[in-house]
Amino acid sequence: MINLIWVLMAAIGIVYAMFNGTMEQVNKSLFDGANEAVTLVIALTSVLVFWLGMMRIAEKAGLLKGLSKLFRPLVVRLFPEIPADHPAMGYILANFSANLFGLGNAATPMGIKAMEEMKKLSNSSTVSNSMITFLVINTSSITLVPTTVIAIRMEYGSHSPTEIVGSTLIATLATTITAILVDRLFQKRREKKLS
Amino acid sequence: MIQIVTTISVWLIPCIILVILLTAVWRKIPAYEEFVEGGKEGLKMSISLLPFLLGMMVAISILRSSGALDAFIGLLQPFLEKVGFPAEITPLALIRPISGTAALSVTSEMIELYGPDSFLGRLASTMQGSTDTTLYILTVYFGAVGIKKMGDALKVGLIADFIGIIVSVIVVSWMFL
Repeated sequence: MINLIWVLMAAIGIVYAMFNGTMEQVNKSLFDGANEAVTLVIALTSVLVFWLGMMRIAEKAGLLKGLSKLFRPLVVRLFPEIPADHPAMGYILANFSANLFGLGNAATPMGIKAMEEMKKLSNSSTVSNSMITFLVINTSSITLVPTTVIAIRMEYGSHSPTEIVGSTLIATLATTITAILVDRLFQKRREKKLS
Repeated sequence: MIQIVTTISVWLIPCIILVILLTAVWRKIPAYEEFVEGGKEGLKMSISLLPFLLGMMVAISILRSSGALDAFIGLLQPFLEKVGFPAEITPLALIRPISGTAALSVTSEMIELYGPDSFLGRLASTMQGSTDTTLYILTVYFGAVGIKKMGDALKVGLIADFIGIIVSVIVVSWMFL
């Protein structure tokens, strides 16, 4: 599916530019997009190296195990495939908590580490159920305070920049819950196909 | 409430670092050596991430710069208006799952144009804040661990985004109208 989407995005863009007379912009965007990706990866490298270094100490010191024991009853239902004291659980929890407090920088490295641990668990190069559940919760983003949006609202002189916190929280919760339900539905469908 | 949460956010990271380091000393773990080992892993990940991210971002920027994305939005707009979806919000709703930077600039533009305390300004704020860029998240997480087939993740993510958009419209109408 991702192959098709990727090709379609580029191909549709190029064909459309032929008729729209925007070929010049497309040419420019090729390098802009590539540049943007490199800049982003450099920014990500700094957080990845720092946080994965930190989290390695945390893991060796037994902190991640402690964290997963603490919140075990909460997430064990979401990820039935992962043993409760497995390091993947610790990273998943670390990622969720970082997201909750809007610490996107710290959340990404821990999320990636969680993915890696889940890959080790499933012992294959294909996607596992827990990975999908984990990512789907991540994309629906559980944040207590959407800081960027509040900053923009302040910039444009809102009387109450934070008034959207409530509506955002409700929307986020509804999205996350639907995401989990839809995920379970698809999971059942996959299992049926297998049997 | 907001004050408390922002203070927590500022204090949290330094405190977490402190706890990690002190625990390491207490458990007699060579903290610096482990840090370097973990950091090496981070470096490897970000290098393996680059081709995934670059490919995706180039494709998105072709789609945007050609004008095809805007044309597609224009095509969908009349249909969405018919089902009672506010027309002005359509571009944001469609861009949000695809490109984080584009969505952020659309949100800023909308807040500037309609005012942060207008219905549309609040709706844009809620939509921007309540969901993350699905395509980006999947690209980064799958890319870093080298999984090429996303399976159902993309489908489920996009369905959740769709529900999120509808919920945003309903919640903002209900809270602020």
